Amino acid sequence: MTSEKKEWPLWEVFVRSKAGLDHKHCGSLHASDGNMALHMARDVYTRRLEGTSIWVVRSDQIFASDPGDKGMLFDPMESKVYRHPTFFELPESVNHM
Amino acid sequence: MSGKLNPSIQISKDSSVRYLLGIADLCLIHAQRLGEWSGHAPVLEEDISLTNVALDLIGQTRALYSHIAKLERAEHDEDQLAFLRDERDYFNPTLVELPKGDFAHTCLRNLAVSTLLSLLWDGLQKSNDAEVAAIAGKAVKESLYHQQHAADWCARLGDGTEDSARRMTLALNSLWPYIPELFEATAEDLAARASGLGPAWADVEGSWRTEVDQVLEEAHLAAPAAVAFRSHGRRGRHSEHMGYLLAEMQYLQRAFPEGAW
Repeated sequence: MTSEKKEWPLWEVFVRSKAGLDHKHCGSLHASDGNMALHMARDVYTRRLEGTSIWVVRSDQIFASDPGDKGMLFDPMESKVYRHPTFFELPESVNHM
Repeated sequence: MSGKLNPSIQISKDSSVRYLLGIADLCLIHAQRLGEWSGHAPVLEEDISLTNVALDLIGQTRALYSHIAKLERAEHDEDQLAFLRDERDYFNPTLVELPKGDFAHTCLRNLAVSTLLSLLWDGLQKSNDAEVAAIAGKAVKESLYHQQHAADWCARLGDGTEDSARRMTLALNSLWPYIPELFEATAEDLAARASGLGPAWADVEGSWRTEVDQVLEEAHLAAPAAVAFRSHGRRGRHSEHMGYLLAEMQYLQRAFPEGAW
């Protein structure tokens, strides 16, 4: 397919809604470079005051775990309750943990 | 329905009213042309960007029209000012009523208009009319973004492929004769400068040329030589395109008086 070469690369967009919170993934878009991707992200994903900061990352730069490996990677954690810090007696003065 | 069209309103001859109408009409007519891209822009993301710009401009127009209506004391509202004037009572420069052309034309005109507006709004923040100063304070941020977006595209297209550079050159040659009109001193401009209402458009010409030339240089383009032709939209004498634009824009309010949704 020759048209594939003319297509702009895909970018993943992360928006931080408030100072202090973390950037959250909110979608993706096509753009020719990072600067354009930022402009587009501003116009597409922050139209309703959703953001105070934007990150964009080339989608092909993200290494993702294989859904097929889900069993091997994550299932063993199910039975390891001792990894949760729930066996400590907290002093009275500590209200919320 | 009576079949009778909604008649035109008469606007005040007050120079402050006409000065502010000039800026509001610049925003409205530019937005009307940008709106024509809705559903037709080269890519989805840019479609949304252009529509956002148009909506920002309509917001600026509405704020000014509402204020103008108060200054006029003629019981006009923003809708009547937008939709029920005759062609000669619109004071936008001819530049913004020209057909939208291709994407290069649109980007170049966006650059010209957003640079002008960001400079005008900047000056208007110091207006002696507190309401105008407040509108300007909000609008200047929008215009600065519009300018950056347009500058970015102009540089990309001018410094892009052979075809995009050719289209930018064509756009420059066809739009540049309409630039001098922006900076001609009108009686309303001089009165506004004297009263402290706002800057004469001519006052921002130097900054406009510096900022636009910088983008053109980045785009490997050069402004064409000056020509003797002058357009006169700001004085209410419009091009042949204005009538068609107004017919489309005004049709609903003319045919269905006070129609609302």
